[in-house]
Amino acid sequence: MTNAKEEIMRRIQNATHGLLERAREYDTISRNYIQSGTRDQAQRIELFCDRLRDYGSAVYTCQSDEITSGIANLLNTRQLSCLLVPSGFPAQWLPREFEFISDHRLTNEQIGRADGVITACALAIASTGTIVLRHSEEAGRRALTLIPDYHLCLVFENQIVETVPEGIRAMSTFSLAPITTISGPSATSDIEMTRIKGVHGPRTLDVLLVGGLNV
Amino acid sequence: MSVRVGHAAEAEDFPMAAKKLLQNRQLRDNLRHATDVIRGKRAKVVNELPDWEELRSAAHEVKEHVLRYLGSYLEQFEQKCKQAGGQVHWARDASEANGIIAGIIKRHGESEVIKVKTMTSDEMSLNDALQAAGITPYETDLADLIIQLGEDAPSHIVVPALHRNRSEVRQIFQEKMHLKDLGDRPEDLTAAAREYLREKFLRVKIGISGANFAIAESGSVVVVESEGNGRMCVSLPRVLITIVGIEKILPRFEDLEIFLQLLPRSATGERMNPYNSIWAGPSGTDGPQEFHVVLLDNGRTNVMADPESSETLDCIRCGACLNACPVYRQTGGHAYGSVYAGPIGAILTPQLQALEHSQSLPYASSLCGACYEVCPVKINIPDILIHLRGEIVKRGDAPLNERIAMKAVGFALSNGRRLSTAQKLARIVQRPFEHDGNLQDLPSMLAGWTTFRDLAAVPKTSFREWWAERGKGTGT
Ligand code: SF4
Repeated sequence: MTNAKEEIMRRIQNATHGLLERAREYDTISRNYIQSGTRDQAQRIELFCDRLRDYGSAVYTCQSDEITSGIANLLNTRQLSCLLVPSGFPAQWLPREFEFISDHRLTNEQIGRADGVITACALAIASTGTIVLRHSEEAGRRALTLIPDYHLCLVFENQIVETVPEGIRAMSTFSLAPITTISGPSATSDIEMTRIKGVHGPRTLDVLLVGGLNV
Repeated sequence: MSVRVGHAAEAEDFPMAAKKLLQNRQLRDNLRHATDVIRGKRAKVVNELPDWEELRSAAHEVKEHVLRYLGSYLEQFEQKCKQAGGQVHWARDASEANGIIAGIIKRHGESEVIKVKTMTSDEMSLNDALQAAGITPYETDLADLIIQLGEDAPSHIVVPALHRNRSEVRQIFQEKMHLKDLGDRPEDLTAAAREYLREKFLRVKIGISGANFAIAESGSVVVVESEGNGRMCVSLPRVLITIVGIEKILPRFEDLEIFLQLLPRSATGERMNPYNSIWAGPSGTDGPQEFHVVLLDNGRTNVMADPESSETLDCIRCGACLNACPVYRQTGGHAYGSVYAGPIGAILTPQLQALEHSQSLPYASSLCGACYEVCPVKINIPDILIHLRGEIVKRGDAPLNERIAMKAVGFALSNGRRLSTAQKLARIVQRPFEHDGNLQDLPSMLAGWTTFRDLAAVPKTSFREWWAERGKGTGT
């Protein structure tokens, strides 16, 4: 008996004969769709915020030298006191009056006990309101932004691209890291097509949009 | 070694099954409501993109390119996946794949798995196979949970429980989750599911997923979802097993820029679905320590072998053709007797089984062309339906009146140039059954549902023909 791979490869070999002429070579595939945006940074930011609000996410803004107070204001508004941060998260951004637990091999149960999590992201896509998390880097391990009920994500203004193709190209530079893209909070429409927010992921996603220079 | 597509081989013929389902008023109301909502949302977000047609063309060309070079892309994917620390298994058919998966679970001494929605595993009847091996699978997608607890079958490839309304869901949850005071608002039902599954996400050590895309260049796998159950299943367990149909390969990471625009807008009418998970192999302390990919054939090479219909494999399972199909919207998914329902099911199910079963499915269509129009990868479903009807007639397997109808069609085809539009053909087949511009009684296949709802007849002259005629008249 031949092994499964050999047999499947043989079947494919036999089947592809008829497909010879029709298919294009990779480089000649017509890509006449829009590959990059035309908006300036202010317009990109506006579009991104519109999309987020559309998803029901709250957007707060601050300048790069106000991150600490920005975070504090937000946590006060949300009445949260104990938050997780990825292990490399800059300590100088964290306001003193709250408890922060840095992720050093926390168990899933420990992660589940926190009020929420604060992370940064790798980039964001305006046209779809998408935040791209690169894991074990600025976004931390996947479990961190998944198990808690609250996620506060820092997005720097100059991290926002306009279109999906621009976003995917940026992601392809770190394609071996685990990536999660988030476009609004977890949702389902499985019961009578009524959209319900918050099935399994964090039920609340807040974005702190940071202006000024990237840090 | 033999191909199995769920229980399609034993299923009743479409007209018989459809006839019964059409009596169910509740089902038809649920279906109409759900498909109307998705269609409305889809139309809105598709119209927003000025380059939708260009995206469709590019997607079609990428997929056709992949099929042509499938062997080398699979090799590349295997190599990259292994390089990233993954283990790759090949399965000729469903039972081989089920055996591989049960074997991995047993080797870890586990008896439970959590699953994120995968139509491919339904195609394989994986849950039955696991249960037979003493392993309990937990479906974690809300709709799949409704199906599993209700001991039901999926009726749609994106929203598998759309045939159920809230009070039916409440009844299932009340009984199976022992929640006698459960309310029937979608919020209550969703919260019950969250509670029920949370403990399983945190406890069960093996996860099973499908894949929307697998990238040859990087060995990455992509899972597209909304609820977060996918993220749970692919990142919390210690061991992850991902089932990948061999046609799911894309050459490069950048190709996602096409498909991640087309899929969410077509499937759920969203600009982007809430979550996409992308990973290549296990990743240190983040997520599963062991990652397996099962590459599944199960008849896909049968589909590839016929160049007239191989583009069926381009499908990205968005479900848009189901929502658009006047036949599906009347009968629902169960009439198709397959986990793949609607227009795509009507062409995919019989081809996977080398046309040996499900021969009535290619007739479960009025050839109106709506499926082709909405398909994000431009699969010409009407043409393939006609082709498959022809193949079935050639084998002498078709029911008598279809054979007669198809003979007439064959005659028309042999006398003229190849008909390019399905409409022309539809008109030939439907003519004897027309009455006052409505189809009254189609050949046996559609009889079951035309008695319940008049289908607008295909006009005598298509727009394109009318345009051409008009052009002649004015000499332009
Ligand atoms: S055939 Fe096209 S429209 Fe139908 S599910 Fe597949 S990709 Fe979507």
